[in-house]
Amino acid sequence: MTDSPSNEPVGARFRDFQAQLDQPDGRRHRKRGRGRGDGGEQLTVPPADFTSYYGRPILKAPVWKHDIAGYLFTGGLAAGGAMIGAGAQLTGRPRLRQVGRWTALGGIAASAYLLVHDLGRPDRFHHMLRVVKLTSPMSMGTWILTAFGPAAGVAAIAEIAPRLPEHGVFGLARRLAPTVGDVAGLAAAATAPALATYTGVLLADTAVPAWHDAYPFLPFVFGGSGLAAAAGVGLIAAPAADTAPLRRLTVAAATIKFVGGHRMGRSSLTGEPYRRGRSGRLVRAGNVLLGVGTVGALLSRRSRVLAVLSGAALVASSVATRFGIFDAGTVSARDPKYTVVPQRERRDSRQGRSPAEKGT
Amino acid sequence: MPHANALYGPLDPAPDAGYEDAPPRMGFFTDTSVCIGCKACEVACKEWNGVPQSGLDMLGMSYDNTGALTANSWRHVAFIEQPRPVGWATPAFEGNPDGPAVSPATAAVGARTSADTGTEPGLPPGSPVAAARMSAGPDFLGMPGTQPPGRGSGAQGRTDFRWLMASDVCKHCTHAACLDVCPTGSLFRTEFGTVVVQEDICNGCGYCVSACPYGVIDQRKGDGRAWKCTLCYDRLGAGMTPACAQACPTESIQYGPVRELRERAAARVEVLHERGVPEARLYGHDPDDGVGGDGAFFLLLDEPEVYGLPPDPVVTTRDLPKMWKHAGLAALAITAATVFGFLGGRP
Repeated sequence: MTDSPSNEPVGARFRDFQAQLDQPDGRRHRKRGRGRGDGGEQLTVPPADFTSYYGRPILKAPVWKHDIAGYLFTGGLAAGGAMIGAGAQLTGRPRLRQVGRWTALGGIAASAYLLVHDLGRPDRFHHMLRVVKLTSPMSMGTWILTAFGPAAGVAAIAEIAPRLPEHGVFGLARRLAPTVGDVAGLAAAATAPALATYTGVLLADTAVPAWHDAYPFLPFVFGGSGLAAAAGVGLIAAPAADTAPLRRLTVAAATIKFVGGHRMGRSSLTGEPYRRGRSGRLVRAGNVLLGVGTVGALLSRRSRVLAVLSGAALVASSVATRFGIFDAGTVSARDPKYTVVPQRERRDSRQGRSPAEKGT
Repeated sequence: MPHANALYGPLDPAPDAGYEDAPPRMGFFTDTSVCIGCKACEVACKEWNGVPQSGLDMLGMSYDNTGALTANSWRHVAFIEQPRPVGWATPAFEGNPDGPAVSPATAAVGARTSADTGTEPGLPPGSPVAAARMSAGPDFLGMPGTQPPGRGSGAQGRTDFRWLMASDVCKHCTHAACLDVCPTGSLFRTEFGTVVVQEDICNGCGYCVSACPYGVIDQRKGDGRAWKCTLCYDRLGAGMTPACAQACPTESIQYGPVRELRERAAARVEVLHERGVPEARLYGHDPDDGVGGDGAFFLLLDEPEVYGLPPDPVVTTRDLPKMWKHAGLAALAITAATVFGFLGGRP
């Protein structure tokens, strides 16, 4: 031993701190367990054993602000609104049609604002229109929005035609509006399924571990969630006589979300942020609210209040789901564990199969 | 007709991007076994490219006070201190003086003090936990102390020691995810097979930042656009060597045609293995890897993640066709759901 002052108390203290702070690093856990034999907390998941560069993230976490999480919600809402509007249009439910079309316009207007606002250079938003790139989901999304937005706008504005004067130029517009609105409404509904689901690809086509590895599930989760949210708005705003289709729609949308996304975040390491922490709580809240909202909607045939509450739950479910999934991605990019451990496993298993590959 | 390997697999990127009679693909081979950590590459890059300063921070990461590749640091020299010998070297601390330790206790006390620097936030008290952790010695591999390793423990307690340095840079991937996902066409493939951001086009959407499997490209605050290494596109066009390679005093950073660099790298690994450095390995040289091989690749002396590099990066667009397929199925599903909703039980 040396003549330096004993550092045991601090050493022990900060090892304790570190055990709490540095859960990702299993080496330290094992060392601690061996050294002091404390049979204290048992980790349910064995800590992943990996090294990193001073614990710093390897990936750059998304620079997208919560604007984009908000857009995931408003975009899905707009798409669902347009589809409900078209369904109501084709089955002769003018009041529900109106609600659907206004939902679509409101959603898409908010989306456009959020998307432009999130840019580092908002004044250059139109640079998105320079190219059409199949390899860029954002480019494809731009063109989907470009097709959807004006159609949804025209369809919604056509709804104010009955308030126009009956004569003159306005009279002509008033007579033409229903036809134009119907065509635009169908055009918007035709692009709506793409709008509701491409955002799944938008997130998945990144190096962000939680998002990329969830690519089989995200489009179903987002599509179902968007449709359920729009049905929720319908339950709140449409007259009770028109809500029967919305109840069936809610059940179908919830089924898509739960069936398509039930394996999202299950068992895999990169799915951990969908189960744990703030992001995990948001995702769970989204699921619970969707379940509650769907059951409530089914029971709301005779109760206006219950219909409104169920609708609100469905909308809130969509918001929670989008923000939860968005945050999960950020969490997974910030912790090098989610980058290093799966890649090491992949590399080691591959090298196990072909030991002829590079050494060490 | 796109190449069969347009999204994944070995490919010569410049002809694939449509260049006719493209010059040979150019790149970097960074041989970290001869890097001395002088950071001349960082400085030369900033000077030539007019990269803004990235702040003066003492990060407690050995001599690395740059931290990572960012929009304002296009070269980044990593420093890793490890208590093990460097293969061919003599024991590190033979005959070194032995002095009193800066123990975790004193470091923790020191962190609680502060000084009035006349600025805000100035020099506020630090975290004692972090300070103690920094100076904790061999329990914490890779975490450097404020003292030479072994000083506090006496001659018997000294461990052998090696110091790894590596100059990191944009990899200029064969399949560059940043370029694939860029929605404005701001990122483009040059005739030299490198990947460059056009600053007059970039609108700061940030997609490339999330797409890069190496965490290279980054957004500049205030400016809003994405920036990264251009492999000195302007110098290449004039037949010059990129600034970092030009400045490197040990030829750790070598610039040239990628084909030639790969041969040189393979030879260098063999030499090191012969000389008793079995841990030498190449990283990013393999055209069959997840990104189709890097235009800028490395010789490392430890696992990639020790240097802050991903162990097995895969370009995200490899799975893009499958992603679109799932989105298509989901779109059909919600269309069917809507039809069911409205026709399911029409009265």
